[in-house]
Amino acid sequence: MQFKTNKLSSVIEWGSLLLSTAIVCFFIVVIIWEIFSKGFSVLSWEFTTMVPKEGMTSGGILTPIIGTVLLTLITSAFAVPFGICCAIYLNEYAENTWVTRTIRAAIRNLSGVPSIIYGLFGLALFVQALNFGTSLVAAGLTLGLLSLPYIITTTEEALKRIPNSTREAALAVGATKFETIKDVVIPSAMSGILTGIVLTLSRAAGETAPILFTGAAFYINGSSGYVNQEFMALPYHLYMLSTQHQSIDQVRPIAYGTALVLVVVVFLLNLTAFYIRYKFRKDEN
Amino acid sequence: MNYKSRITLDIIFKVVFKATGYLVLALLGGIFAMLVYNSISFFLDVKPLDFITGMEWAPTAKTPKYGMLPLILSTTLVTFGAMIIAIPIGVGTASYIAIYAKPRVKNILKPTIEMLAAIPSVVIGFLGIVVLSPGIADLADLPNGLNALNGAILLAVMALPTIITVAEDAIHAVPNAYKEASYGVGATRWQTLRKVIIPAAAPGIITAIMLGVGRAIGETMTVLMATGNAALMPTGMFDSVKTMTATIAIEMGEVPYQTTHYYALYAIATVLFFMTLFANIVGEFFINRFRKYHAV
Repeated sequence: MQFKTNKLSSVIEWGSLLLSTAIVCFFIVVIIWEIFSKGFSVLSWEFTTMVPKEGMTSGGILTPIIGTVLLTLITSAFAVPFGICCAIYLNEYAENTWVTRTIRAAIRNLSGVPSIIYGLFGLALFVQALNFGTSLVAAGLTLGLLSLPYIITTTEEALKRIPNSTREAALAVGATKFETIKDVVIPSAMSGILTGIVLTLSRAAGETAPILFTGAAFYINGSSGYVNQEFMALPYHLYMLSTQHQSIDQVRPIAYGTALVLVVVVFLLNLTAFYIRYKFRKDEN
Repeated sequence: MNYKSRITLDIIFKVVFKATGYLVLALLGGIFAMLVYNSISFFLDVKPLDFITGMEWAPTAKTPKYGMLPLILSTTLVTFGAMIIAIPIGVGTASYIAIYAKPRVKNILKPTIEMLAAIPSVVIGFLGIVVLSPGIADLADLPNGLNALNGAILLAVMALPTIITVAEDAIHAVPNAYKEASYGVGATRWQTLRKVIIPAAAPGIITAIMLGVGRAIGETMTVLMATGNAALMPTGMFDSVKTMTATIAIEMGEVPYQTTHYYALYAIATVLFFMTLFANIVGEFFINRFRKYHAV
């Protein structure tokens, strides 16, 4: 009797776990379906290669696409070298002193700082104190600061996986510590470092809050290609179209198209990261 | 390259690497200093106690009122609602993946959930406006569905990947000996899960939840787009609310430089900073306990 009850309740209990998993899957399916089914009809060659027209009620999204690409380039030009150097310091040079422990604590806390606070910091530092004005470079650097802790953490993880014997072998044949790092450690850790960078950039490309006050603009007439000017970006464009535009119904299809392009860009970057991880792992074997 | 220049290069780069390490420290220090400096400017005009406990947020009124209690309560309400939804679903899914799912199912589920984490918050906010909000308006018979419930559901969706991934790791890390001991005395799989595995993984699960809370408090775009942005005292989940992050995002664009209102937004950011810091420190405390517990 007791055993039977257990078995019955077991089924119900198993069901409740399955149900929660099903709910999560349902969320994912709804999100993907909604964006792809409604965005796909808008998507065309013209949509991605034309600039916004007639108060953004027609035309395409070329300007925000260019803005997002340039923004991501500036972000990576700043955050990648900085992040890798910091990770090298922490993993290869730093001893376990209170200073390095503080640096590690700083990195952990920085990754928990809300993105809007990075936006305020970028506004205070780049836009006002350094007098860059609201511009592509101010927004790119702000996003770079936001990306920094993630790049440091993932790079350090990749460096940690390189066994010490590899370093010792290089040092033993007379390489300096810097040569060992440059020619042996970094190349072996490359797949991990690249994966981390690509994933971080995919995240940065979708961020909106940090660029709100540092340079993103509602509308730029055609040529936004200069780093000291305001720019359009895909996430900000989507935000504006869905909340700030007067003729909401007219721009809704364009908003769906923008959402789809944004999601596709992010997924492609994620797939690239998976591919890098997979390919390097295969090569190692 | 001769020996001397190689050694010089070695030393130069040692200094460069070290400098970047210290710059990270300077970055956190800089963010902190910026928040404190601007907050002090604000508190010269408004008493801290009036700020924290003030019941009215009306910075553009004739006699401006800078009471952030409605904003704090809005943030708390939305975050709390999100966690009520996300914790049971997240821990349930994590348990399913860690214990019941076959390897093949697991290999599909895990990357799919990671993909959910990759979707930008502005897209989630957009779906909140076009899909969820009309749905809520229909069901609850409201003029529009831009309210705390909408924000809570969206934040739950965004917090789920974090909660599931971290909780799954914690459940997976529970030593097999614990389970075997439990099965050995005749416990069912469910009893083992509830009485042995979940308690053993509890510090990891709490960490997962705290990370989710931290993200939900600091999230900007989704709540900005989906919660209606009315800076009134919230009375329930169907009220429009204006969270702390949304207040900064909306008002910073319009506020004149270096006014009390301008500094007030930095003061909100300071409170926000400490709230997320607290959530992260609690999370870290538990993950350390988890490691110690299982290292034995």
